[in-house]
Amino acid sequence: MNKKSFFGEFNVRMIVATALGAALFLVLFYFVKIPSPAPNTNIQIAYGIATFFGALFGPVSAFLVAFVGHAINDFIGGGLGGIWWSWVIASGIAGLISGFAYKNLDLEHGKKPGVMFFAWNIVAHAIAWLLVAPVLDIVMFAEPVETVFVQGIWSFIVDAASAVVVGYILCVAYAATRSGSKSLDKE
Amino acid sequence: MRETKLFAYVDKGTFVHRLSGLTKLVCFLLLTLATMFTFDIRVLGAMVVLSIAIAIISKLPFKRYRAFIAYILVFLLFNFCLNFLLAPDYGENLFGTRHELIVFTEFYTLTLEEIFYQLCKGVKFLVILPLGLLFFYTIHPSELASSLNGVKVPYKVCTVFSLALRYFPDIQRDYTNINLAQQARGIDTSKKAPLKNRILSFTKVLIPLVFSTLDRVDLISNAMELRGYGKDKTRTWYSFRKLERNDYIAIGVCILVFIFVLVMRFVVVKDLFWNPFI
Repeated sequence: MNKKSFFGEFNVRMIVATALGAALFLVLFYFVKIPSPAPNTNIQIAYGIATFFGALFGPVSAFLVAFVGHAINDFIGGGLGGIWWSWVIASGIAGLISGFAYKNLDLEHGKKPGVMFFAWNIVAHAIAWLLVAPVLDIVMFAEPVETVFVQGIWSFIVDAASAVVVGYILCVAYAATRSGSKSLDKE
Repeated sequence: MRETKLFAYVDKGTFVHRLSGLTKLVCFLLLTLATMFTFDIRVLGAMVVLSIAIAIISKLPFKRYRAFIAYILVFLLFNFCLNFLLAPDYGENLFGTRHELIVFTEFYTLTLEEIFYQLCKGVKFLVILPLGLLFFYTIHPSELASSLNGVKVPYKVCTVFSLALRYFPDIQRDYTNINLAQQARGIDTSKKAPLKNRILSFTKVLIPLVFSTLDRVDLISNAMELRGYGKDKTRTWYSFRKLERNDYIAIGVCILVFIFVLVMRFVVVKDLFWNPFI
């Protein structure tokens, strides 16, 4: 079981899953926007998808799911006309770090995610929205410092919550469809 | 369903459509990168003219994007209000002068500088918007993959891009179907439901959606494996087009624009903003 590599397997299944994961991310990111109480931010349940694919296929997959999904979203105008490379990169990094939980997960054998899953996800979104996105916003778009950090804090709260909640629900649902390694009893 | 058609590839056979995918990608990246470097309103103004000109040449149906453009204007207005609430003095700090227009309080004063700063940001949107729409309007998904590979992106990552674009409409259709089916069973995911119920209802749409997608992953990856995908280090592309004279002209023009922007930014103005107040 511990043969799992840290960055995930690079086989055909992983590539296809990543692509469809990105498409799924894009659909949810583009069409499902639950407005949050904060201005200019939505509850993006799409981040739960990145977390889920990270848990199944590793950090590289999660990075591409979030990065490609968010990039195409901005290309087709979901970023309201701009291509916010700063936030696209931050999304990718959030996915990447949340995927670090992959090595210690064992969803294939029906085990639920543990504490480390939550820890990596919260760390991932903290780094992405409190550090990467605001700093890149200031460097690339000359946004005022106050605005980007207020947006960053709200995005962190909302996105970390949706990643953890939606990601956890999906992981548990997936684990429930897998039989455990000790599901056969000797009679 | 309307939205997918909004960004679909339509072959109109114009000058831009006939360019190689690689050219479109390189030009798109060059022009959007160039706008990232500057807030000089004169440069941005010139680029707005350029990007709208390209849009007209390639017969971009502006009418279809009317609602969309209105949406963006509302967003910009919103962003302006947020910036004004949090940092009303940002503009004057940038430009170093203070031309008061409307005085609410000592701190909340609407200055000419603030308006100018917001104007620069708005114009920047106007440059990137037609370019982004154009890119997807004129490029075929598999052509996108081959052109990404042309700029040395690993071909497996290119596959991720083109497969994601290819399956976007399918998954969107699944999403609509599952959403409607669950609503028929009494699960309310519309705006009428309270926030907490809405999030719970969404998971009941999400789980079938994700699992049907995973089934599809097995199907596609089996098919691709049977065709020997991923066995070699490189691959060729059916939709690859060789660069022709027009491609070199287009790339050349974009490189010139890019250099022009960089020169304006680092040699002529030496600042992110052009300051008309001094």
